[in-house]
Order: sequence, then C-alpha cells, then structure tokens
Amino acid sequence: MARRIVITSGKGGVGKTTTTANLGAALAQRGHRVVLVDADIGLRNLDLVLGVEKRIVFDIVEVVEGRCQLRQALIKDKRIENLSVLPAAQTRDKTAVSELQFANVVSQLAELCDFVLIDCPAGIEHGFRNAIAGAGEAIVVTTPEVSAIRDADRVIGKLHERGLPIRLIVNRLRPEMVRSGDMLSVDDVTDILSAELLGIVPDDEEVVDSTNRGEPVVLRAESRLAVIYDKIVRRLEGELVPFTTFGAPSLFARIFGKAS
Amino acid sequence: MIDFFQRLFGKPSSSATAKERLRLVLLSDHLSLAPEVVESLKHDLIEVISRYVEVDAEQCDVSFEQREKQIAMLANIPVLAMKARQAPRPPEPPSEPPAPPAPEPPPESIAAAVAEPVGAPAAGPKTPAVKRAPKQAQGSRPRRKRRKATSQPATAT
Amino acid sequence: MQETVVHADGEPARGEAREAAAAPQATRGRAIVITSGKGGVGKTTTTANLGAALAAAGAAVVLVDADVGLRNLDIVLGLEARVRHHVLDVLEGAVDVDGALVTDKRVPQLRLLAAAQTREKDDVDTEAFRDLVTSLRERFDYVLIDCPAGIEKGFANAIAAADEAIIVCTPDVSAVRDADRVVGLLGERRSVRLIVNRLRPALVRKGKMLSVDDVNAILHLPLLGVVTDAPDVIVSTNRGEPVALDAASAVGSAYREIAQRIAGTLTSSPEIPRERSFFEKLFGGRP
Repeated sequence: MARRIVITSGKGGVGKTTTTANLGAALAQRGHRVVLVDADIGLRNLDLVLGVEKRIVFDIVEVVEGRCQLRQALIKDKRIENLSVLPAAQTRDKTAVSELQFANVVSQLAELCDFVLIDCPAGIEHGFRNAIAGAGEAIVVTTPEVSAIRDADRVIGKLHERGLPIRLIVNRLRPEMVRSGDMLSVDDVTDILSAELLGIVPDDEEVVDSTNRGEPVVLRAESRLAVIYDKIVRRLEGELVPFTTFGAPSLFARIFGKAS
Repeated sequence: MIDFFQRLFGKPSSSATAKERLRLVLLSDHLSLAPEVVESLKHDLIEVISRYVEVDAEQCDVSFEQREKQIAMLANIPVLAMKARQAPRPPEPPSEPPAPPAPEPPPESIAAAVAEPVGAPAAGPKTPAVKRAPKQAQGSRPRRKRRKATSQPATAT
Repeated sequence: MQETVVHADGEPARGEAREAAAAPQATRGRAIVITSGKGGVGKTTTTANLGAALAAAGAAVVLVDADVGLRNLDIVLGLEARVRHHVLDVLEGAVDVDGALVTDKRVPQLRLLAAAQTREKDDVDTEAFRDLVTSLRERFDYVLIDCPAGIEKGFANAIAAADEAIIVCTPDVSAVRDADRVVGLLGERRSVRLIVNRLRPALVRKGKMLSVDDVNAILHLPLLGVVTDAPDVIVSTNRGEPVALDAASAVGSAYREIAQRIAGTLTSSPEIPRERSFFEKLFGGRP
C-alpha cells in the first residue's frame, strides 16, 4: 500500500503544484513508483506544469463516472520512468466528485505504486476536503509572507481535525530579504506555525521558465533546486538530512542579479 | 516587544512587525474572538495579576501554542515587586504547598496559564488560572515558575 | 461620479453595456470585482492598493472581502486589529453595516468590510450579498470586492454582486489559463479589464517569462495596467501599509495610475515596463 500524501496550503499561488510535480519527479528518479493526482477540478494545472497537457484523454471525473478505466486516464511521463499523472477535469467543478469517490480513486491508485501525491486546490472548501479525503499524511506549503502563513495556520487546524500528520515546506525564501529584515525567516515561520519542517526552497527564477516549458525543474542538471528537492525526498524516505543554510551572495552575484 | 526594537534600532524591521501582527491575528483566529477582545483579554489578565504583584506591563507577553489538537495560552509576565498586603496579617507560609524550586534566569517573571478561553470556567484543581509566587523572605529573589495548561480549543478552526 | 467607462485604448468595453437596475445611474457608485481564478496572483494586494489610491484621490471607497474562511484583506491593509464584525454578521442581522465597517485612519475615505474567518463560503447567500453590495453603492463611489481564488461558490457570490470586473493575471501559463476560464465565466458585463501583475522585464527579455502581449494574445482584454514585481510589496504587507500610499514606490505609482484609469482621469494607454539596461542598473541612470 502506497503512502498517500496531500500537498496543500490554503493560500493559492504558494507553489503547491510546482512542489507536487517536482517532489513526484524527484521520488521517481530515486526509483519509487509515483502517481500524481490533480484535485483542482475546473482549474487544472498539474498537467501544464508537467508538460503533459496535450496527452490528456480522460480525467478523474470520467473515472469516477465510470466512463473509463482508471488505468486509461493515467498519463505516463515520457522523461521519467515510474511517474504517472491523473489529470483533473477542466470543464467541470469540484462538486463533480464526492469525498468518498475521491478517496476510492486514491485507494485504487495506492495499489499500483509507492507514492500517491495529491495536488490540492487553494481554499478550504469542497476541493480541499476531497483532496484530503484520500490522504494519510499532509505537506503544507507556505511562503514567508503574512497572508500565506495565516492561511497555512487555518489549514493546519483543519488537518489536525482529521488527524493527519503534517510537515511544512517553506517555499520561495529570499535569504537576502530575510537578512535585511524585510522577510520573515524560516525560524519565524516554524515558530508561528509550530509544524515540523520538511524543506526550505529558495525563490528561483528558473521555476517560471520551467513551468513555461512543462519541465519540472528537478530534471535540469544545472538547477540548484534539484539538490533541494532531492533532500526533501530523502527526508520523506526517513533520512535525517541537514537543512541548507543560504549564505550571502557575492558582490559579483549582486551586480549581475543572480542569487547564490 | 516592538518597543524594544524601537529603542535599539529605531524603526523595527518589517519582519518583526509582521511577526507581531501575525501572532495577534492567529490568536484571534484560534480563539474566535475579535482582535480587540483578545487585547482586552490580555489587558484584563495583566490587570488581575497586578492586584497581587507589580508587573512590568510593557514587557508582558501573551501568546498561544498549538500542540496537535490542543491549544495552550501562555502568559509571560515580568514581576517587578511584591505588593504589600492590604489587611494586617501575621506572616505565614501559604496554605498550598510551595512549588518545587525552578531555575532562575533573569528577568524574574511569573508565567500564568489560562486553562480555557475567556468565558469558560477554570479547568479544575490541577490547572489554576494564576500561579502565585510563594512568600519570600525579604531580599531574596522570587523564583521563576512556568506552568502550562492545555485544553481543547473553544471552537474548531 | 464617473459613469462612462473609458478604456486605455479608446475602444468600448468588451461585451454589451448592462444597465444597472433600480436607482438612476447618476447616484450610484460602481461595484468592481477583482478576480483571477488562480490564487496568489495579487488580487488582495490589488484590491487594497486600488482602494487606497482611489480614496486618497478623494473618492468614498468601501472594500469588501469575499474570501470567507481565509480572509486577508484586513491584514494586507493593516486593519486586522480593528475588525470586530464581518459580512456574515451583517447578512445575518447581528449588526448593521456601519457597525461592521472599519475606517482606515490613514485614509478616512477608505473603509473595509471584512470577511468571516471561522465560517464557510457556502454560508453566504448570493442574493443577500448582492443586495448588500447594491446598498453600499448608494453610499460609496466605489465598492471593490476582493474575490477568492477558484471558481466555486465564493467566486460566484463575488462576481454576482458586481457589474464590472478586473482580472489580475501574472505572466505565467497557469495564471493565464485560469484567467481565461474566468473570462468565460464572467460572461457579458459592463467592463472586464486586465491588470498584469508581477512582471519581470529582465526575464521577459531573456525569453524566460511571458510578455504582456503574450498574455493578452490569449485573454484579449483591455489593459488597465501593468505592475512589475518588487520586494517592497512584501515589506508593505509585513507592515500593513499599502504601497499605493508610498510616494517613493514604483509599484505604488503603478497602482495610482491604474486608479486614475478606473476613475477616468487618465486616458493614455498603459506603458509596458521594459528592462533597465546593465548601465542603468549599475549607475541608476541612463548612459
């Protein structure tokens, strides 16, 4: 039986889909069989971020409505062995699938692989409830910003109600802004949210480009984020991996605009 | 807290401001009380404690800790001096047994715990609302005690 | 009170003009929903800043947070400590609307009607919310509604109450796709216009980010303005001080300009920010 992990946040736009795609790819690169599920029915984006949008034939709603087999709806990634995606529907909304139906789909997927990662939509309504219905554990993604932290806190409360174990990823950290006191630090965030830290991901302009191309950033050999996601995956596997500390950028880097 | 930064550095960093604001907002969200009511709660808590001991009002801090399904409110209230008793009474040890000795990091303060959110009765004998400092001989430093009580949240968030 | 809708390119609004019901138009304020589909693109920041800019310029403005359960308009404005009641308290009759409105002390023409934090979007009755907004239009020049992410009940309530819409979109494929979906759901209304937010001209030049033209080639909306990405937005949210009130901020200036276009006092087309050259970056000026 696979581990079923929901990636959620409350706040939109903090990097749930990017995190799901990259963790999935990194897990698959380490040999695990991984299925990614897009729970954002009506506003699907996981397919786009992975670059499989042109290969969608069936989606989760059609599976639930019995119009196709589950295996028919899964899209195998062409670049990474052992990685598949179950896309959301685009022309429906989240009420098209009930919590029970969603949980059933996830259970079925869990028979086929080692990890099911569920990309949760923004919010705490129906779509969120569906996404967590199938999960055994949760990763909460937040950025070090006031609104995101407040929403993450709310979501953590909801997850506690369901008894789901929670780990936190702090995304889009800008170490230079933390140093100048213009951004909350990781310690500030974990202080406020009291959740176990799983990973720290710095802000990186490569993410925009990689999303444009439908290429998870972990697939790029020269990407420093690949190292970060690899660490997170190893922590998920149970290894104790020290967190990266982000040092001061060199004068050169500051002039030419590249973060270290 | 913000006063401290202002004294040392001038305008506080925006991240320090953000952290303070978030603490109030989250406390308000968790207790389902409007922020002004939360401020009143803190104010009243300090006022009650002030009837027994003199406190450093500016350094008082009330926060909360979320642990799994429980919420604990923590109050950290620095004590400046004991207040003289109103009615004449022979000096005697307090009726309750003295608390076990605890380490004494400066500044001296008494931490009180609120067992339940405002409006609910106190949890019971094991979780008093305010922990009194035991009577001390003149000149000795009051011991620092910290007691946390946990309870179910008033409302599910 | 501005009634004719003037667009940056001089063209009439996309879609048919829809007459406002009941009271004569001359006495009614404008209800504008700020939406996007995609979360995190800057709806709340935009609502707060446009509201602040319009109010600072003299208009009577009320901001309505429609994100029940995940409210943030209060904290972005720095008014969170003074929120005592919210929209549901008003809709359920627990308090009248004046008891719920929070006045911004920096800009007294600006008021906030906060969302409930521990309730659900399903608790809001669409008709009642629409009536509330209509009544606010009787008293204010602008009612700006901060729409939640998504396209569910919260979104439906927010857009039902407004006849004008502003779509906020960042230059990335997910946001554009979601915005496109929302444009479809908005249907015909008095005006639907676009703000492109968090543009990074340097990345656009390197071909690593969509340009404003790329975005609008898909959305086909009249462009209200472009806001570049800048760290001072994060700082301003930390402090609860909208950048639109900061004379020194470039982002603030962009929002102020957009507010002028909304009010009709600025009719020129928005300028698309270009990347500063290497020398400009190094020496802070043109070579």
